[in-house]
This record gives sequence, C-alpha cells and structure tokens, in this order.
Amino acid sequence: MAFQYIPNIAVKGMAACVPKKIEDNRELSLFETEDDRNKFIQATGILKRHTVKGSDLCASDLCFQAAETLLAEIGWERSEIGYLIFVSQTPDYIFPATACILQNRLGLSQECYAMDISLGCSGWVYGLTTIASLLSSSVNMKKGLLLVGDTTTITKSPKDKSTYPLFGDAGTATAVQYEEGSIGLKIHAATDGSSHKAIMIPDGGFRNFFSSDSLVEHEIEPGIVRNSLQSILDGPGVFTFGITKAPKSISGVLEYFDIKIDAIDYLVLHQANKMMNEKIRKKLKIEPEKVPYSLPEYGNTSSSSIPLTMVSQLCYPLRFRHNVIVACGFGVGLSWASVILETNKIVCPPVIEI
Amino acid sequence: MSLLSFNGIGISGLSAAVPTNTIDNLAYQNALFGKEVAHDIVSKTGIFERRFAPPGMCASDLCYAAAEKLLTDLAIDRSEIDLVLFISQTPDYRMPATSVLLQNRLGLSKQTAAFDVNLGCSAFVYGLSIAFSFLQQGGFRKVLLLDGETRSRVYSENDRKVAYLFGDGGVAAVLERDKKFGDSYFSLNSDGSRENLIKIDAGGYRKPSSADTVASRMVDDFGNVRSEEHGYMNGADVFNFVIDEIPKDLRRLSEYAETDLHSLDYYIFHQANSYMNNYLVKKLKIPVHKVPTSLERFGNTSSVSIPLTIVDKLKLQLKESNNVLLCGFGVGMSWASAILEMRACQISDLVEL
Amino acid sequence: MEEKFIKAFKEALELEDRTIDLTDTFRDYEEWDSLGHLSLIAILDEEFGVVIEQAEFNKLNTVGELMVEVKKRMA
Repeated sequence: MAFQYIPNIAVKGMAACVPKKIEDNRELSLFETEDDRNKFIQATGILKRHTVKGSDLCASDLCFQAAETLLAEIGWERSEIGYLIFVSQTPDYIFPATACILQNRLGLSQECYAMDISLGCSGWVYGLTTIASLLSSSVNMKKGLLLVGDTTTITKSPKDKSTYPLFGDAGTATAVQYEEGSIGLKIHAATDGSSHKAIMIPDGGFRNFFSSDSLVEHEIEPGIVRNSLQSILDGPGVFTFGITKAPKSISGVLEYFDIKIDAIDYLVLHQANKMMNEKIRKKLKIEPEKVPYSLPEYGNTSSSSIPLTMVSQLCYPLRFRHNVIVACGFGVGLSWASVILETNKIVCPPVIEI
Repeated sequence: MSLLSFNGIGISGLSAAVPTNTIDNLAYQNALFGKEVAHDIVSKTGIFERRFAPPGMCASDLCYAAAEKLLTDLAIDRSEIDLVLFISQTPDYRMPATSVLLQNRLGLSKQTAAFDVNLGCSAFVYGLSIAFSFLQQGGFRKVLLLDGETRSRVYSENDRKVAYLFGDGGVAAVLERDKKFGDSYFSLNSDGSRENLIKIDAGGYRKPSSADTVASRMVDDFGNVRSEEHGYMNGADVFNFVIDEIPKDLRRLSEYAETDLHSLDYYIFHQANSYMNNYLVKKLKIPVHKVPTSLERFGNTSSVSIPLTIVDKLKLQLKESNNVLLCGFGVGMSWASAILEMRACQISDLVEL
Repeated sequence: MEEKFIKAFKEALELEDRTIDLTDTFRDYEEWDSLGHLSLIAILDEEFGVVIEQAEFNKLNTVGELMVEVKKRMA
C-alpha cells in the first residue's frame, strides 16, 4: 500500500497566477440551447475560466510569476533554494526539461536540483511528496520550490462541449521547507493504468507521432468535434472513478494515520466539477464550509487546482491561522493521491493575473 | 550542488532491453554523406553500432521487457512494489503519464504510486535519488525504476551532426531498503542558462506542433536537414560544459563523501562519445580499466546509458561489494553524480527484442 | 607562448606537417570541421586551462586572434 509519512516538512507559502483573459461560459456559443447552457453551469458550477489563448503564455510563465510573487514576500535567499520541481503536462519543450529553464529564469543557483514531473490532477500531491522526500535526505539544502501549472485550454477543442467549457489555465508555486519539529506530510497514492483511455491526448507522443493527420478534425457526436492533438474526456467513466476512489483515498489516509475527520479544518479537492465534488463531500460527511471551491471563477485547472483553490479561497485562514488540511487530487492516468498537511500562518499573496 | 545522502538503501537488481535492429554506423547514410564522413565520425565518437526501435516500439516497451525479465529473475512479489517511476523524454503520450500505463501492463497493484520524470542524460542518477529519498522515509517497500529512450526518433537522419550518435534502449531497476547497503552520496545540478545547447524547438507548448514544425529544412552550409521537431546539439559547447562542470562536481562530491576519487572500483559515465568521455577520464586521472563503456555497441542512449553500461559490461565483473561512481550529464543542462555501493546486485542478461 | 600555442593548435587539427601563419583564417583549413573543433577544445583545456564558449569562439577568425583570446583567458 502506498502510504507514506514524511515528518519535519512544512509548507511555508503558496502563490498562484492566472492569465487575465477570461472566457465566460454564460457567453459561450458552444451550447445549442439556453437550457443546455444552464444545465451545464448548474452541474459543473463553472461560470468562467481564465485562458492563455491569444497570448504566448506557457504554464511555465504562469508558474514563474507565481514564484516571483511568492519569493518577493517570503524572504528566502534564492541561493538557499536547492530543489525545483515543475509538475505539468503542458511543458515548454519535449526537451530540455522546463524545470532547468525555470532554474535560470528565477535566478536560482546552478547547484539546484531541477526536474519535471508529468502528471495531471494528482500532480500537486505527488510533487509535494517528492520534494518533501528529497528535502528530508538533503544534506545542505533545506528549501524547495514546487511549481505546478497547466495550460489545458490549449489541449481542448473549442468545438467539444464535453471538455472545452470545463477547463482553465493556472500556474502555482508552493514553498516547502525541511524544519525539525514540523508535523510533516501524510500521504496516500494510487494508480490505475487500465483506465488510461478515459482522459488522454492520442497523438503527439512517441506512441503516435504528430503528423498532418493529427490535425484532422473528427465529429465524435454532435457538439463534440476534435482532432488527435486534443484531449478526450470520458465524462461518465471519470465521474464513477472520482466518486469512488477519492473518498476512499481520503478516508483511507485519515484512518491509516489515525486522524478523525472532525480534526480537519479544510478538505481541498481537485476541482473536477461541482456535481462530482459534492458527491465526494457528502460521502465523507464533511460540512460545506470546510470544502472550498474555485470552480466558479477558474474552472478545472488540472494539476493547479488544489493550490489555486487554497490561494484563492483560503487566503485568509492560510495567512492568519493554523490549519489541518486534507487535499486530494484525482484524474488523468488514472492517478489519485491524498495528503494531510498542517499549515501555520504561511505566506499567501492574492492570486495574480498576467 | 544539491547534496543528498542515504544509508541502507540500494539497487537489488538491474536489467536492460535493446531492440535487435542494429545500425552499422560505417555503412549508415553512405549514399547521402559518403563513406568518409561515416568513417571520420566513427573514429572520433567510437560509436560503431546502435540499436533502433522498429516502427511501433516505444521506450515503454523496452522498459516493460526489461522489467518483466528482472521481476522474474528476482522472483519478486509484485505487490511489494509501492512506487513505479518512469524516466524518459520520449514517453508514449503527452498525457497520461507512461508510468501509469506500465503499472497496469506489469500487473502491479492499483495501490502503487506512479509518476513520470522528464530529464535526459542526467536522469538515471536523478531517478535513483528520487527512489532513494522515498525509500529513506520508510513507507514504501520497493521501488521499480524504469528508464527508457527512443532517441533514434528524435534526431534527423539527414543531420550529420547528430545522425550517428544516438540509440535506443530501456532499463529496469529494483531498489529497496536493507541494512546490508552502505552509505550513498548524490550531487545534483542544473543550468538552464544553457537550455539551447541540446534542444527540440517545437512540439511542446512553447511552440506547438503544426504542419510547419514538421517540415524539413536545410539548417546550415553543410547541407544538414532537419525540422523544428528534430533535436539539435551544439557539440562544442556541450564539450565545454562537460570540461567546466563535471570534474568540479566530482571533486566536491568525493570530498563530501570523504572518499578518494581514485579509490573506487568502477566509474560509469554517461556514454556521450568516446572522444569526450576519454578526455574526461584522462582529465580526472582515472585508470581506464575501471571505466566500462558500451557506446561502441549502443551509442548514446541518453539516460539509459549508465545502467545499460552496467548490464552490458559489469555483469560478470561485479564482486559481492563494489563502490562505484555514476555520473550523468547533458540536456537541460543538467548533471548528476552519485557514489554508492553496489552490493549483491542481481544483473539480468541483456534482453533483445 | 606562441610556440607552445602553435604546437598545440597543429596537434588538435592534425596539421603537424604544415606551416601555420598567425594571420591564417583557421575555418578555411580543409582540416577544420566540428570534430576538429572538439580536439581544439580538449587541447586548450589541457595545455592552457582555457574554455571558450561557442558564441565567443565564433567571433574569432584567425589563428592569431585565437591565441590572443587564450592568453587573455589565462591571465
């Protein structure tokens, strides 16, 4: 069983950045009727989304801004930052790794551990676990930056009503430090590759190379037209997956580490859609005020959704209080992971827009 | 350098797989470049042969074959694997992560953590550092580290600067916690100011794929031809980088590990080309007989080259306990070294498919 | 210095039986190619402890300019 406890690790700050361009689902022409539109908005809870469309912005640019904003406030010397992990499925290049490019852009030392992790909705939890493990074994460097971001609006077909109105873009930065005495992280992680076709981009990897055919659009059904560089989302399949695996993972990690659900101040879920998330919340019998949503404003921002929800919705408690938080990411892979962490008056500037 | 140290964690088994499809460099692209060019390049790079994955074969397929062989040879209970890592810059899909597909193909439990790491020539050592870090925490029992590349797909066969260098392969390693393993030391570094030394310009999200990005064009006065989705390399500056950074890093690592850099049993370097590697070894004053190479048969296989060299060259040489240096350097730029003990490491026969 | 430099330069490009003039444009030599460049990098590091990045190197045209640059970097 993939449970892990990593003591002496503290999250010291978080920041998030979104592109300033907004697409409003209330104005989107993709829906055939007003009724369709209203049903969609009611079910998903997504009113609008921020997108990099029409700009040159990459996920790395959003993360860069988030990191700069965080570093400006947190007071770390850049030379003290020994670890940089970039989690994304929309990197700048096939190679080199985007983390190396960010190491230089952020003016970090050459003596910095830098790598990219490819995961989606579970990516923040995985990234946090990985950087925490590395910091625990580190001899000379005790601070790390976890940059998590995606620009999935680029990978969705504007003619696909099953995906397009769901997704938004964001980049985030999380400052993680090794600190004796900190409570640390308690983690559960799991994987189901047998369902990998539920969310995928068929072409452009090394299984099916990009070719001119990749750009040919196919009508899957009325209202769903896409090419093979754009992502597929098996909504019903993912729904079933989410409402079974996520609550099990969350109650599993609480049980394994013997923590009562009442001891939790906030449950931060990957922002899939309102209906799915509410089902998960109700299964766990957690009060609505403990479960923040960034869906209405930002949509599903893939790997960024947990940190973006924390920064946009929990800014006040994160800055001024001690909190016990459970976060759970679930999605593409299929891959899911939960973490219990405690934060104590961390740096958390408001969401920035560029 | 980010320094990491561990105790009681090690590699219990290692395997590698390569395609059977063999490229004879001396005969390669003779119609286009002429025999002489091939001969000159081979004599300088030391790369006589390489393996190319046939159409339809991915890095993950090579890793899968290597992993099946290793898990069978080690007779491991697959349910004890708590983490599967896949390292590659040639993954199956943009999403989902290939590690997730391999979790399923290898029949591993759904309670397995899985993620992909994107790095190149430094990545095996980076991958080890991740696996060691997770294991040091005590929660996970065994880690399956998979590292595969189909670099043959990345470079243009009509660009002589890179056409003769790269090959394909995949490896699998099982790592675990056991008191028998001694101390190990890692140093890991990066320098994104050198991002342009080895790169593919298009096909990521900075410059997305289009009909334009896959169009071939002549890129220099020598008539070399590639598209924006092909990799390129500034060989001279890569060499400058290696001369500049690697000896410095190894000196610091050995100081930190309180180990005489000349006292180790084996030194396994990333297999770039024999000219660069020989120079590096000479500069470091390391005895050549302690430096195994596999590039003459497999070329530069990026992150795979270090473990592939161990499987190819050290299977019979390794004693019960061996202190080794692993050193990878390249695309990023990114470089990583480790001094560790290989104790009773089970090495499988090379798989060809 | 000049003698040592010329000797090293000739060795790198395998020009031992040739006369080298400081005003020669070394890229015009038939022996000059990317592999020769690698040899030159190795020998400059080995004999003089000098590394010249590609961008800087590209600005140099003659054997003499290269020698001056090496001297400058040794200082």
